[in-house]
Amino acid sequence: MTATAIATERPAGPRQRPGRGRRPKYRLAPLGLAGLSIVLFAVFFVWPGSLGLIYSFTDYTGIGTYDFIGLANYEKLFGDPTFYQALTRSLLFAAFSVPLMYVMSLSVASLLVSNHAKGRSAAKIVFFFPWLISPIVAGVIWRWMFGESFGFVNYVVTELGGNPLAWQTDPDLALMVVVMAATWGGTAFNMLIFIAALKNVPRAYYEAAEIDGANAWQRFRHITLPSIAPTSFLVILLSSLGAMKEFAMVQALNGGGPGTSNVFLIQYIYETGFKRADVGYASAVSMILLLILLSIALIQMAVNRRRGA
Amino acid sequence: MSTATTAAARPRTRKARKAKELGTAIPVTAFLWLLAAVYAFPILWFLLSAFKPGSELFQYPLSILPEDPTLGGFEKAWNRFDFMLYFSNTLAVALATTALTVMASAMTGYALAKYREQRWVRVFFICLLATTMLPTEVILSPTFLVIRDLGMYDTFAGLVVPSILTATGVFMFRQYFLSVPDDIVEAARIDGAREAGIFFRIMLPMSRPIIMTLAIFSFQWRWNDYVWPLIVVADERKFTLQIALRSIVGAENIDWPLLLAASVMSILPLVLIFIVFQKYVMNEDINAGLKD
Repeated sequence: MTATAIATERPAGPRQRPGRGRRPKYRLAPLGLAGLSIVLFAVFFVWPGSLGLIYSFTDYTGIGTYDFIGLANYEKLFGDPTFYQALTRSLLFAAFSVPLMYVMSLSVASLLVSNHAKGRSAAKIVFFFPWLISPIVAGVIWRWMFGESFGFVNYVVTELGGNPLAWQTDPDLALMVVVMAATWGGTAFNMLIFIAALKNVPRAYYEAAEIDGANAWQRFRHITLPSIAPTSFLVILLSSLGAMKEFAMVQALNGGGPGTSNVFLIQYIYETGFKRADVGYASAVSMILLLILLSIALIQMAVNRRRGA
Repeated sequence: MSTATTAAARPRTRKARKAKELGTAIPVTAFLWLLAAVYAFPILWFLLSAFKPGSELFQYPLSILPEDPTLGGFEKAWNRFDFMLYFSNTLAVALATTALTVMASAMTGYALAKYREQRWVRVFFICLLATTMLPTEVILSPTFLVIRDLGMYDTFAGLVVPSILTATGVFMFRQYFLSVPDDIVEAARIDGAREAGIFFRIMLPMSRPIIMTLAIFSFQWRWNDYVWPLIVVADERKFTLQIALRSIVGAENIDWPLLLAASVMSILPLVLIFIVFQKYVMNEDINAGLKD
């Protein structure tokens, strides 16, 4: 902090009147203000990012020296069934959780701005509460609910005359629990974004549509959805990126289990990089994941731009 | 409000309108509260279970309310699990990082908003945008090696320094300072204020709502963070709460009474902050600034 105080001092000189074309340039001030962030950006983002790219072409194990092995890591990667499994599991998780998250947050937000609903402020607190809960604790909560022999859900299922479901030993059911838990935890924040957007839709549109005899669904479909399209784009983008990064919650919920059937990409990177100390290979996986995230962002931006045009 | 909306529809008798109003209000309210119940249930079940003794947790038929409420799990978490140590570790990390995050974000956000005429400022803004698309979780192992080479492995600094910079924090301030008219800056310059003085004496105090909101957000991020402590900390005495909780849940035989009680205790500080600062946390107008 001392560094910034010094750096922000403007060279003392005759003060100029800020006139057109003669605007004094403040070169040092922004540098001083943003300096800390620039350093942090370089050290904790650019540096590891470049290292990752370099290591992905080496056989580095984290210690000692390393040799460049060209594209060998990538070749190994594309022939590795465990990588494909992690990749498809991650994509499957995103394919389920993103639409569910979108529908749930938008429904909740719509109900919370509706004038017909009673007790909205209390309900808003209930929906927001999961935001306070860490991914680890959220994992614990859902693991406890969906325990196979002592969980509440299976208790209800058996009480209703069904057979207990294998929420932890069946890979697909286990994935569904992860999807539900992720949606539950992510609704709060997206709901806030949607509430802000919904409040900004001009009321006059709805009143006009009502006079023209549009029913509630038609008003939602033809007024609300187009009006909040930019926000929908944002929520879908953020949720897709978040889904591809899911890690902590799964760690507590089922650790990627049963076995390794629900290991997502970040966990895969973590395990190859740290437990197997195969930094080169893990870095190659990181680069693939970066490409995926980048393409998700670019595709969605392109779609958004075309719709906007 | 609601009458104004329906009044705009076709004229009707007051009674008919009221009946129609009720006809919409009941299903909408019921649906809202049904969803709320679905969202609240996991937490309720978790809270109630934390007060049950170990024997009752696994006894069929399950009891909804604890038949024999006990604080045994909490005592165990406090005495045997070293809860206080993990709690104070987490608190120290969260407070230090939050203070630095708010300061760095305010300064950077201001620079990005008020010195846009310089090209590098605009370039840096785009660089920060990129960090939201390409987060550091993805490049775990190289980041770990950087932390190790900086001598920050297994240190307090290693937990704090790498998480200071967040794009979200910078955007919140940038967004806010963009809405502050440039005339204020110009006027202060004409009065002879230095750039640092303008920021620290005029702009920073003005941005108090953003400072509060980001401080709460940042505290929550750091309190609940798992990835950074996981790769930075090795010594059990330096564990944060999330890592410590993960070590219970990752054990062969999970000690559920301990796990539930410790988890409940771990969320208390955030609940307290939420209760006190609710208006800053759930202020969707500030959060809406994130979308730009």
